[in-house]
Amino acid sequence: MATDNRINFWRRNAKVPGSVQPVYGAQHPPLDPCLRRTYPKDTKPKFNSVKSKKPCSFHEFASSTDDAWDIDEDEDEEFRRTPLPASLAPSGQDSAQNQRLRRQTEETGSEAPRALRPPKTEAQNLQEADDAERERVNGKVLKSSSEADLKTSSVCSPLQKQQSLPVRPVIPLVARISDQNASGAPPMAVREKSRLDKFKQLLASPNTDLEELRKHSWSGVPREVRPVTWRLLSGYLPANMERRELVLSRKREEYFGFIEQYYHSITDEQHKDTYRQIHIDIPRTNPLIPLFQQPTVQEVFERILFIWAIRHPASGYVQGINDLVTPFFVVFLSEFVKEDVENFEVAALPLETQRNIEADSFWCMSKLLDGIQDNYTFAQPGIQNKVKALEELVGRIDVDIHSHFKKYEVEYLQFAFRWMNNLLMRELPLRCTIRLWDTYQAETDGFSHFHLYVCAAFLIEWRKEILSMVDFQSLLILLQNLPTIHWGNEEVGLLLAEAYRLKYMFADAPSHYKR
Amino acid sequence: MGSDEAYNFVFKVVLIGESGVGKSNLLSRFTKNEFSHDSRTTIGVEFSTRTVQLNGFIIKAQIWDTAGLERYRAITSAYYRGAVGALLVYDITKHLTYESVERWLKELYVHADPHIVVMLVGNKSDLDSDRSVPVEEAKDFAAKKGLLFLETSALQSTNVEAAFSIILSEIHKKVSSKEVVRGSISAVSLNSSGAENTEKKPCCRNI
Repeated sequence: MATDNRINFWRRNAKVPGSVQPVYGAQHPPLDPCLRRTYPKDTKPKFNSVKSKKPCSFHEFASSTDDAWDIDEDEDEEFRRTPLPASLAPSGQDSAQNQRLRRQTEETGSEAPRALRPPKTEAQNLQEADDAERERVNGKVLKSSSEADLKTSSVCSPLQKQQSLPVRPVIPLVARISDQNASGAPPMAVREKSRLDKFKQLLASPNTDLEELRKHSWSGVPREVRPVTWRLLSGYLPANMERRELVLSRKREEYFGFIEQYYHSITDEQHKDTYRQIHIDIPRTNPLIPLFQQPTVQEVFERILFIWAIRHPASGYVQGINDLVTPFFVVFLSEFVKEDVENFEVAALPLETQRNIEADSFWCMSKLLDGIQDNYTFAQPGIQNKVKALEELVGRIDVDIHSHFKKYEVEYLQFAFRWMNNLLMRELPLRCTIRLWDTYQAETDGFSHFHLYVCAAFLIEWRKEILSMVDFQSLLILLQNLPTIHWGNEEVGLLLAEAYRLKYMFADAPSHYKR
Repeated sequence: MGSDEAYNFVFKVVLIGESGVGKSNLLSRFTKNEFSHDSRTTIGVEFSTRTVQLNGFIIKAQIWDTAGLERYRAITSAYYRGAVGALLVYDITKHLTYESVERWLKELYVHADPHIVVMLVGNKSDLDSDRSVPVEEAKDFAAKKGLLFLETSALQSTNVEAAFSIILSEIHKKVSSKEVVRGSISAVSLNSSGAENTEKKPCCRNI
């Protein structure tokens, strides 16, 4: 089928370095070849005509869409230097020891993530060993990684066993939170600079043109203007500049009013289960990123989630919602952070700044959840519907995959539940999620509607690996451990382009999508 | 590619119990010999396997790790289907997690096969100084309910191998003993190297 050919065409060409990369539309202004990245990205309009069914509207899209290349040279260097600065932050189970260590850390003013770890000399060796391991698995799909025969595996001392980092391809969220191309890139390209200027121009207007802003945000928001852009796109910040101060201070006051009003009830019979669940989940949110081990940050998350939960009794707190605070928090925090966010000492910020970040995160997360609340109400009907819709969509666009799943009795719910519940946050590095949310917030109902197509595109992305697995076990292990560790803007950009294509092709077919 | 090893049986085992008791680490300790202080909350269902040898048979343990939160039960109930064993886990330092065991048992018997082999597991035995569930009490309860029982520490690796070996052994016994009506348990024998195998069955049921 022509569709499959196009899909295969994408797959064939998307990954080979030096091959022509599919890029939508012409560059405005044209790319300066001297500033190009290691593998060239040619723009070839003729790609577009091969793929489009309805040339005029596709070209409309093509000409208005650029790849998002958010490039920050400082971060690139640091990324190359320290690819996996994972820390072994203790879990909530050792809380007493945690707190002691953290207090010590704060008193000495040390920010080194390693100081938060229980003092274990093995850890350093293991870190290096794990890096080496990850190097080996870099870019490769680990199949059946859990089937290691323990008798033949390398012998570790009991202590090492306790501290070993997983060797399966766990996504190190800490590896470069801020958006960028994982492969590294030259400093701010001319095109990127002009995108930033365009955003600044839009944002300087006394009454922001939200339509225009959305259009440009679709292909990625430059890091520098992301905090304000996200606030605008989510509808939190008014487009009218004059009203902003007032609205912001009112909303922030309102949030802290909630804290005063409700937070004491964490011990109430009615709410203590909610609080308890949140309390044990927070240390398990982004455990590899030092930022989220700071007590200040954990308390922020607890407050946000608790207040949200009790104000939304139809769903209450559901595991997964904790993840959804993270991108907002990180983006709003990044406004005040020049270096890497993941090691930044939040308590060093002025209290008012901390409070504003917290309140804004709360409100923006609320808005996001408003659109997908039936994901989390009893029996989670929203998710069940979406998984069903995904299955139907995949059945249409990739018969091979679909029948492969049927043959080995893989149910979509077994892997896609998490994709819907956590909006792919468990399958992608945090930096990719942030880039993804640029587009989701630019779209109408992006988190509920467009997300479906992104999931479909994401699944098909791995069709080769999927089709090579010939039993249930290895299929499921693959699907729950997809190797996106090194993904960056480029991969997300391609994913979004493919999702857009799918949405465009199937938007008018009612049966596969139920709102 | 995929699984090319021979095995006689595939036994599906589910880990159930309250949120935070250590199910995920029991899973990773058994299947990968790993324990991580950095594990995240389990969303939906997670899956891992390990192949063991028992009494001359090669058994593939297919282990499902479920989220403990109440909210997910509507989804996870589907995952009981075809399970021949269950590890019902509580945290010996959190009495509340032990109090929920009755509730979990009830749910188990509603959704799972009546012949399912159940082991009560008191995890985090390394935190003995913070214990709030006396081992004798739990042992008696398990005996009364016809459950296997062990205390484990996923962190220190204590009794984890034992727990899985014992439950797999019990399952195998049940499967072999014909006390189970054929077809009511979806343990599927695959290769002919075991004494049991007379008929060719389709690939194991996975749900």
